[in-house]
Amino acid sequence: MSDLSRTAERPERLTGETSEGAQELVARAATSSDQLGREVGAVLRLDGVTLDPREVDYERHDDETMIINMGPAHPSTHGVLRLMLELDGEFVLRTKVVIGYLHTGMEKTGETLSYVQGATNVTRMDYLSPVINELSYSLTVEKLLGVEVPARATWIRMLMSELNRVSSHLVWMATNGMDLGSTSMMIYGLRERELILAFFEKTAGLRLNLNYVRPGGVAADLPDGWQDDVEVICNTIEERTYEYDQLLTGQPILRNRLIGVGAITAEEALALSLTGPLLRSTGVPWDLRRSMPYLAYDQVDFDVIVGTYGDNFDRYAIRLNEIRESIRIIRQCLEKMPAGDYRSQDPKVTPPPRARIGESMEALIHHFKLFTEGFHVPAGEVYSAVESPRGEIGCYMVSDGGPKPYRIHVRAPSFTNLQAMPLLMRGASVSDAITMISTVDPVLGEVDR
Amino acid sequence: MAPPGVLTEEALACDLACFPTREQYFDLVAAFKADGFELCVDVCGVDYLEHPDRYLPEGVTRTRFEVVVNLLSLSKKQRVRIRVQAGTESPRLDSLFHLYPGAEAPERETFDMFGILFDGHPDLTRILMPEDWEGHPLRKDYGVGHIPIQFKEAPGPR
Amino acid sequence: MALEDLQHNFLTAPIEDLVRWARRASVWPASFGLACCAIEMMAAGGADFDLARFGMEVFRNSPRQADLMIVAGRVSQKMAPVLRQVYDQMMEPKWVISMGVCASTGGLFNNYAIVQGVDQIVPVDVYAPGCPPSPETLMHAILTLHEQIRTGEIMKRRHEGNPTHLEHDAGVWTPEVPVTVRMGTPK
Repeated sequence: MSDLSRTAERPERLTGETSEGAQELVARAATSSDQLGREVGAVLRLDGVTLDPREVDYERHDDETMIINMGPAHPSTHGVLRLMLELDGEFVLRTKVVIGYLHTGMEKTGETLSYVQGATNVTRMDYLSPVINELSYSLTVEKLLGVEVPARATWIRMLMSELNRVSSHLVWMATNGMDLGSTSMMIYGLRERELILAFFEKTAGLRLNLNYVRPGGVAADLPDGWQDDVEVICNTIEERTYEYDQLLTGQPILRNRLIGVGAITAEEALALSLTGPLLRSTGVPWDLRRSMPYLAYDQVDFDVIVGTYGDNFDRYAIRLNEIRESIRIIRQCLEKMPAGDYRSQDPKVTPPPRARIGESMEALIHHFKLFTEGFHVPAGEVYSAVESPRGEIGCYMVSDGGPKPYRIHVRAPSFTNLQAMPLLMRGASVSDAITMISTVDPVLGEVDR
Repeated sequence: MAPPGVLTEEALACDLACFPTREQYFDLVAAFKADGFELCVDVCGVDYLEHPDRYLPEGVTRTRFEVVVNLLSLSKKQRVRIRVQAGTESPRLDSLFHLYPGAEAPERETFDMFGILFDGHPDLTRILMPEDWEGHPLRKDYGVGHIPIQFKEAPGPR
Repeated sequence: MALEDLQHNFLTAPIEDLVRWARRASVWPASFGLACCAIEMMAAGGADFDLARFGMEVFRNSPRQADLMIVAGRVSQKMAPVLRQVYDQMMEPKWVISMGVCASTGGLFNNYAIVQGVDQIVPVDVYAPGCPPSPETLMHAILTLHEQIRTGEIMKRRHEGNPTHLEHDAGVWTPEVPVTVRMGTPK
């Protein structure tokens, strides 16, 4: 009781505590014209040409529109994303995205961790596809190190990446379904995902944020009987994906809500540095697995799914079909998995087997050096990227020759994809605003790092 | 590919690394864009305070802050890295916003984390830290902020 | 009228038991999922680890209608005032479960950006360790909370010695709202 009256007494203090000043959406008079153009989504008209006043609603009085704030604690924003909208009735005029509510200082922490520990840090950025974060990080470190990864490790990494892609897209189907109103889709998506997470737990020990892919290979070999588990996963998910197709794709409400909404063109997408399903939905067939292959993607057969209209329905269809393509790749990994080592045998990178430590002095010293200090990586800098379910995730690393990275920067796809929000939102209604966020599929862990 | 006068060389996992000066920077990026590099993948900063003797080709004056731009050409399937020395005391560069609107958020992050200013950027405010934060966290003279953890029952040193 | 104002005697005991049963059998969580732990919280609400059997499947979006705040994930400096604001908007009796190591102690991230333990901002009742805690761990934490509500211990401890009705002066930090670390620490 008294709590409520205290809350009522101090609204200025509460708003003062949570306001972010210049990062928020402010009145038109206080915003520069370049920034107004951005908030209105005028992407390609920014090279010095004056904006059309009707575009920016200059003659609209500030009293006629309302600035509302969505988030950061909001059920439909896929994490702590704060969206400030200027509305005219139900329709959005300007948008500004305020992020930083999950900023974890991972790049700074990464400078204090050794290269093997770095995977634990990077994996928590995009927490829906942790293996792919680790993969991008490990590929970068291996490029600097110059160490060769055995074939089995490569194929295991590919298998786990594709399983992760399926589980991330299933979460997307679940949350997208819930945002559109189909709460049963939420339950189905999470149920299928449990099969994959059970397999992850069997292999790596953890369901989420598995610290599995490390520089030099993977942490442990696949467990016995993994072929049967993966076979069950593939069969179940293929069958259920067909059911989701039947449930959702022809459904009139879903079609009306998604078709024609949030259409972008290829030029706008390239100008805004969008990658992943956002770019592919506009018709550009860019997928790093096909165009700049890494791991063993040039040895497996899969299609790149490309949309035509660049609207939300295309992105929904792309993600649904990417699940099917990933299952295809996983089946090929099942057949073609080579035998061999699951990590590089280079003694400077991989610790020796436990049994040898009691016998050999050299093994003991290597083990000691590797776990107290970590292996040294030659000085240099490199950028290497892989395809995550959200786009291109890349890792830029600078090494000064020591056991810890000098600078590690992760190029997160959701961070740049969120720049499309003003463009998508202009003219949409508030209920469409929710679907726009869902279609961009941001994961705030990697946006804020 | 690159205009003459700009130092270039082979780079790891990239086709080319360019080392323009601050004045050559914007024109170089514009030349790459005209040449078919449609996507500006990333803009990030590095603080070389603790690693001043990093390798740089002859003729490049090294400064404390460096900004690294990665460009991607979808048609040619090539990547290019541009490393520009941004300055030591008050690092400033031209913003790439009018060439690549998608560089807006990465440049804001570089400003927030390092304090590198970008001329021509529409909205150079902090993006990851709260608005009233002081300091630029990723600089090398800014501490990690590690709080030492005390264990009451821990035995003394062995 | 709060339960705690009743004089605890053999006449009011059945009423107290009834009220405690009602309180623990339908705890409604406020959705406050921040990071990876939020995904595990969603999985706990899903079909395999069902929270609906405890009456908790309805995650209230408005904190005014919620009893329990499960802080799932790492709390950054920018998010801390928002967390406190959401907590203040909840009605008594309210409980907090700190899910995951990042919420309990700052976890893996002992740096400038993360609040080292959400108990610096809100009073926490149950801590669930794990990175992320599997849904089974979260359910154990929830059941521990239910047990504490059932015995009534949790409400007794809260009212002894730590009054919630304080004289408040705007701008002065009260013991309930300690100062979070907001400034960076240069070397």
